[in-house]
Amino acid sequence: MTSGAAEFTLPEGMKSAIIDHARREHPRECCGVIIGKGAHPNRILEMKNVAEGNRFYEIDPTQLIELEFEILPAEDLELLAIYHSHPESVAFPSATDIELAFWSEAVYLICSLEMSQHPYVRGFRIRDGSVDEVTLLS
Amino acid sequence: MPDDKAMTVLIPTPLRRYTNGQARVSVSGDNVATILERLDTEFPGLGERLRDDGGQIRRFVNVFVNGKNVRDLDGLETKVSPGDEIGIIPAMAGGLSAGSPQS
Repeated sequence: MTSGAAEFTLPEGMKSAIIDHARREHPRECCGVIIGKGAHPNRILEMKNVAEGNRFYEIDPTQLIELEFEILPAEDLELLAIYHSHPESVAFPSATDIELAFWSEAVYLICSLEMSQHPYVRGFRIRDGSVDEVTLLS
Repeated sequence: MPDDKAMTVLIPTPLRRYTNGQARVSVSGDNVATILERLDTEFPGLGERLRDDGGQIRRFVNVFVNGKNVRDLDGLETKVSPGDEIGIIPAMAGGLSAGSPQS
């Protein structure tokens, strides 16, 4: 994947897995990552949300240390995307999502359960406070 | 001359722009505070990303020593020894701001 690419490949199976994760965690926000190489997602990893309440997510930092310094180097893979859910709001980054988007090389995926029968996922690049939607390809 | 008191500091991808792309660097010090100070001396701009104006580790940055979060140890005063491995990791986090409309 070229950094800053306007497209991101999200296979249907991974999209379904994110929606399934979001539904299982509801009313809490779910979170996880997609790792892979270049434009090729390898797998999705569900992560633990250690934030309190139902309006925030924070991936367990202990899992992040393992991901960044053990799993990714050992398998020569990259962090491609970070996902979380919005249980009751639209799939667009909140002010806090934007402020805390430290991993600007990754695509931020948001799964909305606002319309519970019609969940959907959108992807964004968030860099220096600006948000650009990326087209999700299956 | 190699510094036999040095510790390895693991630098996460988003902060490697400050370390010329290096994923691991060697720094010496007695505790986490001195390690972070010396990181900033050696790699200008990095310290600001790790500590707030009061000198504390930023809320959404975590520092680990040998796999343990220093927030569960002695924070900035956590002792380090030669050979220890120090990992720095920015949070992956977000949420709805208090009082904001759902967005």
